[in-house]
Amino acid sequence: MTKSQKPRLSRKQKERRQLLRSLFYTAGITGVALLGYLPVVGQWAKRLRPPGALVEKEFLSSCIKCGQCVQVCPVEAIKLADIEEGFGIGSPYIDARKQACDFSCDGLQCVLACPTGSLTHDIDYPAQTNMGVARLDKPKICLAMLGQGFKGKTRSDESAGKKYKGILRFEEISRWDPVLLADQEFDVEICDLCVRLCPIEIRANQCDAGKPPGGDQSQCPPRAIKLVEYENDGVKGMKPEILDGCVGCGVCEMVCPTNEPAIVIDINEDRGIGKNEWKPDASMIKAVKELGKGEGS
Amino acid sequence: MSAFVESVKVLFGAAPARPDKSKFSEETKAMHATKKFDPERIQAIHDELAEAKKLPQKWRRRRWATLIVINLLFVFSYWLDISVLEGALTASRFVGFHMADLNSALQVMLAYKVIVLNLVIGTITVFIMWWLLGGRTFCSWVCPYHLVAEWAESLHLYLVDKGWAKDHPFDRRTRTWFWFIFVILALVTGYTVYETISPTGILSRALIYGPGLALIWVALLLLFEIFYSRRAWCRYGCPIGLTYGLVGAISPFKVQYHLVDCLHEGECRKVCMVPHVLDTVIKGKANNLDVDIGADCTRCGRCVEVCPTESLTFTFKGIGDKL
Repeated sequence: MTKSQKPRLSRKQKERRQLLRSLFYTAGITGVALLGYLPVVGQWAKRLRPPGALVEKEFLSSCIKCGQCVQVCPVEAIKLADIEEGFGIGSPYIDARKQACDFSCDGLQCVLACPTGSLTHDIDYPAQTNMGVARLDKPKICLAMLGQGFKGKTRSDESAGKKYKGILRFEEISRWDPVLLADQEFDVEICDLCVRLCPIEIRANQCDAGKPPGGDQSQCPPRAIKLVEYENDGVKGMKPEILDGCVGCGVCEMVCPTNEPAIVIDINEDRGIGKNEWKPDASMIKAVKELGKGEGS
Repeated sequence: MSAFVESVKVLFGAAPARPDKSKFSEETKAMHATKKFDPERIQAIHDELAEAKKLPQKWRRRRWATLIVINLLFVFSYWLDISVLEGALTASRFVGFHMADLNSALQVMLAYKVIVLNLVIGTITVFIMWWLLGGRTFCSWVCPYHLVAEWAESLHLYLVDKGWAKDHPFDRRTRTWFWFIFVILALVTGYTVYETISPTGILSRALIYGPGLALIWVALLLLFEIFYSRRAWCRYGCPIGLTYGLVGAISPFKVQYHLVDCLHEGECRKVCMVPHVLDTVIKGKANNLDVDIGADCTRCGRCVEVCPTESLTFTFKGIGDKL
């Protein structure tokens, strides 16, 4: 036997090495898993969550990362987070500028699909959600503020030949057939896309016209956004004013025709059960039901 | 009862206990004592094995087909909108019925500390399903990581054969430590910490919703298994395996060992992913004529198909071994 050969390890030595190796393995894997806390505690990516999401901390605790909410969304607004979001891996979020939630499904399908109550089952209507609130981020480029109209297709500016793929369910269109936003022609004297396409405003308008969505007065929400007259340095324009009814769905951010959206959503991480002030007004519900009866007879 | 305790102990990582020969039944003792081997028959088996070159693949083919079909069912339910199996392996709906992976459900319950009815329904459904089907059956028949790890294992064995890699086994209790670590982390931090690194969840979501950076983590695990330690994740790491192992401990569906037919060739132990459960097939160790294989067994059927004497079979307790 030559001396260069490794000395044979005794059984005890082997066992000790194996135990040490196992401890390193355990520490390593646990360490990698715990690294997932960094993006969460550091808030590396603040995300707009789907309708009905619990307060951020509880939302991440309760989400089982299955993506059932992704699957039922008719406009495919919901995406799942990747590993760079740490403990948030596999949790659903909405990138409003790419594809906002337009409440196409009416009945909050994502909420119904959620198996863990991470999207709370305590809400029934779009207006009860509380994802965030819109804010006029860049008033200097807002067409309405500049007193300008808008003609043509919005978001056609999308970089180099790539057609914008965002979809919206416009009025009188089946919820399962939303159409491309980039195919819609607009011609307005003062740009009011954020108001006219707001899903909450659309519902409120339907209610005012005596035709609440689905004939259900409890779907009649308070107003979310309106244009008010505004004058600055002699320029007469209109200013988008955000009202109490705004739920932060992100449609205004999505449809805003400027290169960078003039209006954006401030994410509300404290959303959650009990945070939604709006309740369907019982007296209104009764009134409309009677109205319906009157029409029917 | 003692067989159950032993099975759970081995599941948690204990070495298989030395059987107490004084407690063997008379007929078992007799069988061990009088067992005579027919050299001609053994030679014939060896010749046959040498000639066949490749081991039988009957159950492996069925298993891979099942695993692939189930995962594709998830994929196509979303892609083609056929709504048969919606969601991912962590939680889903099978034609409308809630299903929740037991380990993911456990993590969520511990982290969130509120349990909604749908999750309870999903968890119970899945518990009953895997109780009937054998617990860790989930691992070898459904888990997508198991399949890629099986391919990585072949590569690892090839490298070892060529002398280019060496297997570094870990202490099997490591998986139990992991299980408790992730239970405690979920409870204390309030986050489903394990999901961050779960290759099962990551792969399932990648298949259904498209690939992402998380696949790099899965690739690293596979490289670790190919070059350093055989089946390191499934054997020593994965808490999901332990959770389903606990279900398997009380499951009526098992692999059963029959002492009468066994020639103690050891083919089964070579192919087994969890060979400690096959300790009983070693000459003189079986404490009964028929012995149930323990909880950690994934019911993959490799031992069943490679045994040249059919000494290992699938059994459903109460119905007999009609399978």
